Amino acid sequence: MPEMNMIQAINDALRVEMERDDRVIVMGEDIGKFGGVFRATQGLYQQFGEDRVFDTPLAEAGIIGTAIGMALYGLRPVPEIQFADYIYPAFDQIVNELSKYRYRSGGQYSCPLTIRTPYGGGVKGGHYHSQSPEAYFIHTPGLKVVVPSSPYDAKGLLISAIRDEDPVLFFEPKRIYRAVKGEVPKGEYLVPLERATLVREGDQCTVIAYGAMLHMARETVDLATKKGIRCDLIDLRTLLPFDIDTILQSVQKTGRVVIVHEAPRTCGFGAELAATIGEKALLYLEAPVLRITGFDTPFPYTLEHDYLPDAPRVLAGIEKTLNF
Amino acid sequence: MSSRSLDLQGVSTTFTLTGEFEMQNIDINTIAQSDLQAVKQNHALTLLHEMLRIRRFEEKAAELYSLGMIRGFLHLYIGEEAVAVGAMQAFGQQDRIVATYREHGHALARGVPIRSLMAEMYGKANGCSRGRGGSMHLFDAGRRFYGGYAIVGGGLPIAVGLALADKLQSRPYVTACFFGDGAVAEGEFHESLNLAALWKLPVLFLCENNLYAMGTALARHQSQTDIAMKAQGYGFQGEAVDGMDVLAVEKATRRVADWVRQGKGPYLLEFRTYRFRAHSMYDPELYRTKEEVERWKERCPIATFQTWLRQQQLLADTTLAQIEAAVDHEIEDAIVFAEAGPSEPVEDLLRDVYTQEG
Ligand SMILES: Cc1ncc(C[n+]2csc(CCOP(=O)(O)OP(=O)(O)O)c2C)c(N)n1
Ligand SMILES: [Mg+2]
Repeated sequence: MPEMNMIQAINDALRVEMERDDRVIVMGEDIGKFGGVFRATQGLYQQFGEDRVFDTPLAEAGIIGTAIGMALYGLRPVPEIQFADYIYPAFDQIVNELSKYRYRSGGQYSCPLTIRTPYGGGVKGGHYHSQSPEAYFIHTPGLKVVVPSSPYDAKGLLISAIRDEDPVLFFEPKRIYRAVKGEVPKGEYLVPLERATLVREGDQCTVIAYGAMLHMARETVDLATKKGIRCDLIDLRTLLPFDIDTILQSVQKTGRVVIVHEAPRTCGFGAELAATIGEKALLYLEAPVLRITGFDTPFPYTLEHDYLPDAPRVLAGIEKTLNF
Repeated sequence: MSSRSLDLQGVSTTFTLTGEFEMQNIDINTIAQSDLQAVKQNHALTLLHEMLRIRRFEEKAAELYSLGMIRGFLHLYIGEEAVAVGAMQAFGQQDRIVATYREHGHALARGVPIRSLMAEMYGKANGCSRGRGGSMHLFDAGRRFYGGYAIVGGGLPIAVGLALADKLQSRPYVTACFFGDGAVAEGEFHESLNLAALWKLPVLFLCENNLYAMGTALARHQSQTDIAMKAQGYGFQGEAVDGMDVLAVEKATRRVADWVRQGKGPYLLEFRTYRFRAHSMYDPELYRTKEEVERWKERCPIATFQTWLRQQQLLADTTLAQIEAAVDHEIEDAIVFAEAGPSEPVEDLLRDVYTQEG
């Protein structure tokens, strides 16, 4: 099996789907000849031509709106928003139009489109190249929200997303685009949406993470193991709809939960997870569900590593729940 | 290429000198002919000085970036200096400036102190945005500098709002709003032009058309590549100006600023210019040819202005050397200031999310 980084895996997924299905069309700012600022679409323009891989002007609302139209009418567009921080000009199209299209047409229309966008901090990018806006979209019924953490999952999940009949927001953790490598099968394979995966097994505490944070959480869990603390580590992979069964199974075993994400804390996705766990597994809990998250500030510039959850903070969280 | 002229007479009866003169109003109708020549020369040298400051500042910034002293993203304005320097001559201390994310030049030309600018590049607490922003987020309330906008197009409606605030409060000021050709494709551009025209607001839309939005050429992102013409669709005037000629930029902007100041509504100027460097620090520049870049470099706003000044006997070698030395000294001093500056303490992470007491 070839080894790939995340960018190569995403590129491969796009290529596989474009070869298989000529309704799949890739569009976005500088994604054509230029290959995208992170090179995720590199070579696609050369292989598939400019009817299927094309550059758009700087017009995010226009990009998503036209992709909706295309999706309504027989195509499967995969628009790229260059950084998740630039998705807000398209927020109206996504939240008001895209997410509600099926519902408000009484199920007559569907919008099979996948919005790819790099998100997250740790790249010294400052305010507008670092944000994690997933919660806004998780709060929007009608969308699916996916965040891979490995090249294998990135490819398999992206293919599933493109084939899905409903709109998917595919958030790519740019911090690990090149840092994380792994074996990726050639050709097509699917990683199902809506399924979490257990990355580490233990019976004392459940740690839940996704995206770039998953890797930090895994290091922390391994560190904890050395200290004699055994944790389950769940990689959520799909945030909406999320895999509550996997979470509950783990919580019933451990009774303690630490949730990690880099987005701000208030109304972050951790809040929804904590509430759901409270509703469904209160009697199993031995301690309050803890959240280790970014702070309630705009994404900072020089202080980003103080802002982002790190191993000491997560470890302290694990110990706190254990000592509750 | 336009023929250069330093025709202050035709520009306005009073004009404001910036830079080493501080701000000083001179009525050119009342000064002696011999003095006028000196004023002209001083002003011309100020323009040169300002452009050189920006050029050298950015060359240094690029060096520091490669050394890892400046982080984040760094977008250089090199090649476009005539636009910020020329245009900024038209605005007084109370006018408002809204810039782009490629805004070191605007900040310097506006008079944001070079020390605080360099410190901001370093992300130091003595920077103009207290180290909070870095290169793309330069703010200076004292100089009515309303920042860089890393979200392309984000500044346009805000500029309209600043102008509306002036109008509603009967203040005689104008707002200068810089943006790139790429921003013209965003909805905010169109909403802003309409609002400004509808409400007849004192705002100058100053488009820096450098022919590319990142790797996308103008003709690949605009159905109508004549950007100045777009104002017509909203019922006001626009015109294109040679953005490589600092005098042409100054002259046009002064004229238009006067018009806008008289309450006649907005105006759009499209400065035709070119960025000599990559979009950000590194890009393979597959979207344009080396020949094209070289052709534009021949029109370097600083080199051509120097040549012209020499032809007019306005620039001696010794003067140029003095200006260069002053600029180098200023930049070295700014680096010392930046490096000595404190980093933001981690206790401040939560500061300024909301208004704070004390
Ligand atoms: C809303 C938004 N979309 C995309 C980007 C990414 N981006 C940054 S600069 C840029 C090109 C801007 O071109 P232009 O306005 O012409 O300014 P120039 O770089 O030429 O000065 C793009 C696409 C962004 N910063 N904001
Ligand atoms: Mg441009």
